[in-house]
Amino acid sequence: MKTQKPIVHIRGLRKSFGEHVVLHHIDFDVQPSQVVVIIGPSGSGKSTFLRCCNGLEQPDSGRVEICGHVLSDAGQMLEDQALNHLREQVGMVFQSFNLFPHLTVLDNVAMAPRKVAGVSRQQAEAQALVLLDKVGLAQKAHAMPASLSGGQKQRVAIARALAMQPQVMLFDEPTSALDPELVGEVLQVMKLLASEGMTMMVVTHEMDFAREVADVVVVMDGGVLIEAGPPEVIFTQPTQPRTRDFLKAILTRT
Amino acid sequence: MELDFSPVFSGWPNLLKGAVVTVEITAMSLVLGCIMGLLVGIGRLKPQRRIIYTLCTSYVAVIRGTPLLVQLFLLFFGLPQFNILLPAFVCGVLGLGIYSGAYVSEIVRGSIQSIDRGQMEAARSLGMSYGTAMRTIILPQALVRMIPPLGNEFIALIKNSALVSLLTIHDVMHEGQKIISVSYRSLEVYLAIAAIYFVLTGLTTLGLRHIEQRLRAGGMVQ
Repeated sequence: MKTQKPIVHIRGLRKSFGEHVVLHHIDFDVQPSQVVVIIGPSGSGKSTFLRCCNGLEQPDSGRVEICGHVLSDAGQMLEDQALNHLREQVGMVFQSFNLFPHLTVLDNVAMAPRKVAGVSRQQAEAQALVLLDKVGLAQKAHAMPASLSGGQKQRVAIARALAMQPQVMLFDEPTSALDPELVGEVLQVMKLLASEGMTMMVVTHEMDFAREVADVVVVMDGGVLIEAGPPEVIFTQPTQPRTRDFLKAILTRT
Repeated sequence: MELDFSPVFSGWPNLLKGAVVTVEITAMSLVLGCIMGLLVGIGRLKPQRRIIYTLCTSYVAVIRGTPLLVQLFLLFFGLPQFNILLPAFVCGVLGLGIYSGAYVSEIVRGSIQSIDRGQMEAARSLGMSYGTAMRTIILPQALVRMIPPLGNEFIALIKNSALVSLLTIHDVMHEGQKIISVSYRSLEVYLAIAAIYFVLTGLTTLGLRHIEQRLRAGGMVQ
């Protein structure tokens, strides 16, 4: 594993919004097929970190390389066309699903392959059905998003991201907006992806998922990456007091 | 005082001809206004594109800040000083279209900006360009939200079109005034003109309501 070239390679990443520095000098690598789970208190910069990995946020400085391309270097973003192309290889799943409400479930999944990759309608829809079947929603192909439950919406959103055949999937708190009984179905799909060898970066508060699926757990606080390691180490013998405080707070919550 | 509607009845064919001109001129300026409104509205989305943004913003400020009648007169009576002689009908369509475009652009901008930011982010993160995302994801949703305020704008445009009668265009207002000039039946003829405008605006309202309901039934609106 160690000898492989990392698929995500981040050095000295810094991001601020106005005066407020959200990320301080972050160094981080993700190896292909690794599942990285990012945890930490809210406002610690987890989501911003993830959004810097597909150019939804523009870093102030530092270098972000992903899938062999330099996404951002010293505050300079990849030019627009190349950025669009790179984003095809980096799927993103949002906390609020962001399904396209005016399109059927099938069109939600098939739209980007058609409009971006130039796949024919027929082929894109056939592929979309396969993906919807994978997330257990083939029977909802012709439904509108508004008629779905939160868990179903998020599974469609995962299928939509997969439709571009990404090499890396970013999950930004994918279960935080869900009713508790719907969290399981989404995590199940994510576990399936992980077992298939998808490279994943997941921001979540689901500690069981982290413990079970993560290869690396990253703890962030105050815009700094304070600790990273395998889940069995992070959850049982964290070295940083801030990690201990955070874990204590979140694990005694229920 | 007695009301005598006979001049209205005898002049009815001319009033109808005028109504057709009113519909024609409104429809054409509506198309022009919508095209301009769409372009200018989108042009005002990104202040970072300074030249386009400034041009579009100035256009809205000037057109909204001056009377339509003055704008029409500038086109019809002002331009000839530069030897630009446009037919009255063209002046009418241009004047109304440019005027309406300023208002439509604000409707377009407001509707686009009311669409959740996550929609653009989701589209862009799938690799769509800004233009593709705008066309396939944002505008179809924004369009539905534009319909009620556009309805207001269309109705205002129909009524504002009465001003083009002052450019010698033979719209319903102009035809009515011709009838008055020979019959002196101002009250009756103006009532008839008002009724014709009322029917035109009413039909527009019904048509827009129908479109909105169909979009709702199609699941475009939650």
